[in-house]
Amino acid sequence: MKKVSAVIVLGFLSLVCCNKPQEKSFPVANEHHELKKVNTSVKMVYIPGGAYKPFYGADSAWVTVAPFLLDERPVTNKEFLDFVTANPSWRKSKIKSLFSDSTYLHDWPADLELPPNANPNAPVCYVSWFAAKAFANSVGKRLPTLDEWEFVAMADSVSINARSKPGYSDYIISLYLQKNRQFNPVKLSTPNYWGVYNMFDLIWEWTDDFNSILTTSDSRVGEYDDKGLFCAGSATSATDILNYAAFMRFALRTTLRANYTVANLGFRCAKDSIMK
Amino acid sequence: MKMKQLLFGMSVALSAALFSCTTQSNKEEWPAGGINMEATGEPEVAEVTGAPKVPAPVGNRGPKKWIVNLVTTEEEGIIADTIPYTFWTFNHTVPGSFIRIRVGDEVTLNLKNEANSVLPHNIDLHAVTGPGGGAAATTSAPGKETSFTFKALNPGLYVYHCAAPPVPMHIGNGMYGLILVEPEGGLKKVDKEFYIMQGDFYTKKSAIKEGLMEFDNDKAVAEQPDYVLFNGKKGSMLGANMLEAKVGETIRMFVGNGGPNLTSSFHVIGEIFDNVYLEGGTTVSHNIQTTMIPAGGAAIVEFKVEVPGEYVLVDHSLSRAFNKGAIGKLKVTGDANPKVFKASSLTKE
Repeated sequence: MKKVSAVIVLGFLSLVCCNKPQEKSFPVANEHHELKKVNTSVKMVYIPGGAYKPFYGADSAWVTVAPFLLDERPVTNKEFLDFVTANPSWRKSKIKSLFSDSTYLHDWPADLELPPNANPNAPVCYVSWFAAKAFANSVGKRLPTLDEWEFVAMADSVSINARSKPGYSDYIISLYLQKNRQFNPVKLSTPNYWGVYNMFDLIWEWTDDFNSILTTSDSRVGEYDDKGLFCAGSATSATDILNYAAFMRFALRTTLRANYTVANLGFRCAKDSIMK
Repeated sequence: MKMKQLLFGMSVALSAALFSCTTQSNKEEWPAGGINMEATGEPEVAEVTGAPKVPAPVGNRGPKKWIVNLVTTEEEGIIADTIPYTFWTFNHTVPGSFIRIRVGDEVTLNLKNEANSVLPHNIDLHAVTGPGGGAAATTSAPGKETSFTFKALNPGLYVYHCAAPPVPMHIGNGMYGLILVEPEGGLKKVDKEFYIMQGDFYTKKSAIKEGLMEFDNDKAVAEQPDYVLFNGKKGSMLGANMLEAKVGETIRMFVGNGGPNLTSSFHVIGEIFDNVYLEGGTTVSHNIQTTMIPAGGAAIVEFKVEVPGEYVLVDHSLSRAFNKGAIGKLKVTGDANPKVFKASSLTKE
């Protein structure tokens, strides 16, 4: 089922690609509407990248993450309000059903009104992958790739890669187990080594290729597919089976479809780096 | 699939042949194989119950269509004394709701993951013939609902559990329950039925919330639980919560073991099980003192209570009962039965 729908999504994307061959990047689903640029003041952090071992995949499969820029924090309610204000087709009442399920901006009482108790500086949630992509485009950015996101997620506050530290995964899980974290404002917790905030303590985050472990079938990754994620099967294709925090992220990502909107799922933006 | 059915058919034939040779009567044999039974009528919502209650027996009815609604939740509850713990549940209880159907029934299972869940959940029912027992088909992001339909082919008592990764954590937090598939004609009538499920719990202090306990991965990997509990809570069947019966009544216990790790040596102190449906399957053994219940497995035990008193239910790996909470009680009231048991407080002369 998942594969089928993933194929449909991919098929749809390739259709859009054909319609607008001049676009290089994966296009946002806005072929009938010009996406109006929105200004953003969020600081971006330079991540030099490097070799990194994905949590999922063959033991030997190291991935090189190229240098990139990452928003220091998730996109906020206020920023998303600015985005839909400038881009009517992404408002709650206007969004196409193809691009979002029925709970898009779920708690917003009106198109241009944040929920009564919402903190404008809390991360925006209940946004689909399509909407997140559109937002990123509107500010001249893109979504981070899964590898980029996970590369940054290896860091604790003092080191680039804390994965082997005892307590690293445990602490993240303790954070994950707390409900309703998404209502807290951004940047109140300690940043990680790179100066990036809120990787774990507020929300789940979309990545550009969130469902890639379901859709790839090349020889490198052919040994595992979505079936491997269930029951103990999930342990057979993970490189670090004690990293339960990573398991939880991957479990969440594999349940998502691009039109899903979820109470504790938001995003942050990234950008290619021109620096070397 | 075909292979499985073939093997299944062969094993049924073989065991039937064996039984006819070795036993005088094969009354206890459950007629198996629901695949050709037709479920009729419009689907109805099935009654499901939290432990220690079970839904009404299926009795003599034919195969039907059912809708079973389950919701997955993450919520704080009391694990022991006044200690709060973050449980994950089916239908807000540990163990999850008891599902009771018969062989040949068709069940549409709707799994709704609460909107305020942090994690995805799903359900793998061991009573299901099909990929993952339904796990892949039911994996639900927070706030989403999934559904699948299965036909109950094999009678027996089966565990269901969440199979979302990391699975030991989902089960360790309480995401398991029992589904009973009764044979054609139903189980023999008894006076009292109870639902009991054992689980091992691994705890540590939350790094975030003062006083709250949560799942400890290291202890789980080492298989060193802090608690081994019946029905998800220390004392769930003690004091005011004791199970109750009267002298002369026949008792049936549906006993499951969610694990995630430990095998249970289930025993009722002062009773002998007249019948044990071994591992929840078709074979019935008699006059059993302690029955083994594997993690992810179940057993049905039956006995008649003859003498009043308090009967202690334990995992007879006794440190678990004595130190970790695997203890409950069945209180039997009624007239003394000195022919069976007579206590004397006097020293023999």
